Amino acid sequence: MNNFKQHSILPGFNLALGFTLLYLSLIVLIPLSAAFIRTAELTLPEFWTIVTTPRVVASYRLTFGVSFAAALVNAFFGLLVAWVLVRYHFPGKKIVDALVDLPFALPTAVAGIALTALYSGNGWIGQYLEPLGIKVAFTPLGIFVALTFIGLPFVVRTVQPVLEDLEAELEEAAATLGANRWQTFAHVIFPILFPALMTGFALAFARAIGEYGSVIFIAGNMPMVSEITPLLIVTKLEQYDYAGATALSVVMLVISFILLLIINLLQWWSRRRSARA
Amino acid sequence: MTTTITFPLSGKTFQQRATQEPSWVRRFLIGLALAFLTLFLFVPLISVFYEAFKKGVDVYLAAITDPDAVSAIKLTLTVAAIAVPLNLVFGIAAAWAIAKFEFRGKNLLITLIDLPFSVSPVVSGLIYVLVFGLQGWLGPWLAEHDIKIIFAVPGIVLATVFVTVPFIARELIPLMQAQGTEEEEAAVVLGASGWQTFCKITLPNIKWGLLYGAILCNARAMGEFGAVSVVSGHIRGSTNTMPLHVEILYNEYNFAAAFAVASLLALLALVTLALKTLIEFRNKQHQTQRGDE
Repeated sequence: MNNFKQHSILPGFNLALGFTLLYLSLIVLIPLSAAFIRTAELTLPEFWTIVTTPRVVASYRLTFGVSFAAALVNAFFGLLVAWVLVRYHFPGKKIVDALVDLPFALPTAVAGIALTALYSGNGWIGQYLEPLGIKVAFTPLGIFVALTFIGLPFVVRTVQPVLEDLEAELEEAAATLGANRWQTFAHVIFPILFPALMTGFALAFARAIGEYGSVIFIAGNMPMVSEITPLLIVTKLEQYDYAGATALSVVMLVISFILLLIINLLQWWSRRRSARA
Repeated sequence: MTTTITFPLSGKTFQQRATQEPSWVRRFLIGLALAFLTLFLFVPLISVFYEAFKKGVDVYLAAITDPDAVSAIKLTLTVAAIAVPLNLVFGIAAAWAIAKFEFRGKNLLITLIDLPFSVSPVVSGLIYVLVFGLQGWLGPWLAEHDIKIIFAVPGIVLATVFVTVPFIARELIPLMQAQGTEEEEAAVVLGASGWQTFCKITLPNIKWGLLYGAILCNARAMGEFGAVSVVSGHIRGSTNTMPLHVEILYNEYNFAAAFAVASLLALLALVTLALKTLIEFRNKQHQTQRGDE
């Protein structure tokens, strides 16, 4: 007996797994490893200099700061939207529920130009904000709007199923024991939803960090002010600075992998929490 | 499980007050949620169509029948027509291995399949430049044999395949895991070949999941911007996909034309969502039917 695979009478294991591994290697693993191998050609001080120049550090601060803010707003409103969609009834609810996934389906470039048109000085929304001294398009605030749009479905779609599976008995028990609605929510419902909420937050954050298409139209792309890290990679590439672009992309990849690990842990926690509840 | 419960008349008032919010709270929360969604989802969606038709139907039609626009539409359709079937075959193979067999390292394999979702689109394009570009590993050899991958259609296809790898596989794996292996084992015991078992047993069971994954995969394949932008070279009429064409028109201040092409992509998104909802609705009905049996 081999101890790699349990015996099965079904055919096709070798073919299916072999094809899967070959395909993944050619499409995903070998190209991804290229970024790391090419970066290894740099010495450590060279690498460090590239990834810590002031312009690059400013882009990290902007990318992570705005992504975090957008994910936070999405955590709050995502929870609210999930709650309203699961608990309440109102006309057009099915259509609203379906449209929540729009940011997944709408190409990012389309989202980018639409938001820019809306929030620029003469746009539908921008014309009311400009007199108040609030400039959205071509500022970091515009990036925030784009990243909020992009991350919107994540929290809704991770919290919604947990909320749907919640047993009514728990809330009835809390009410019987004298808790008011807010206490029941804060001490009974919210702790059960929390891991799913965190998962959604992390997914929205991870997506926002790498986002490019929707941001570049609305950002203004001024170095040190409104230039996100993915754009800096493209800029370096256009200047034939392959070493610089690759070093920056390795930083982005390492951060994505760490976030992926955290998301997996959160999902595991979420499954355990809801299984126990 | 649903949370809406109809109570017998006797307990009605008590129960409602205990596990439901007062009606003003409900109205406030619904209003707040809809206001947020209106501002961030509905208004941007409507504005795409408004801007597209602002200068009239003639301008709109001229923009989408412009030769460069037509060639961008054709390229986008071609890229999706290659990327989606490739990932369909991959998704089925991966799901068959993962869902029907027990082997070591399965969780690692699932994580690897999901990997492209967590890579920035820009980085997804860059890694292909590092392999196939002039400065890349295979660059000199490709140049010698006069094969162009980067700044040409093959590069666009590869980058698109990369970003859409997980879509169908991640839809099929949980579905096939839930269905188990008994039906296939019965077929094999009764003498069916592997191919017969797959076509007559597995395929009918997974066809809706397959379609669901393919629709989402297609939407992303047609709409991908960042990865494709890095490898395309932006050559009008030859390596421009629809999203890239939107960018070029927009940067030329040709807003009406940019939004006209964008409206086609927005329409694609709406059709995708409609089909997705339809399949989910069908699945729910199917499940309740099965539950009734």
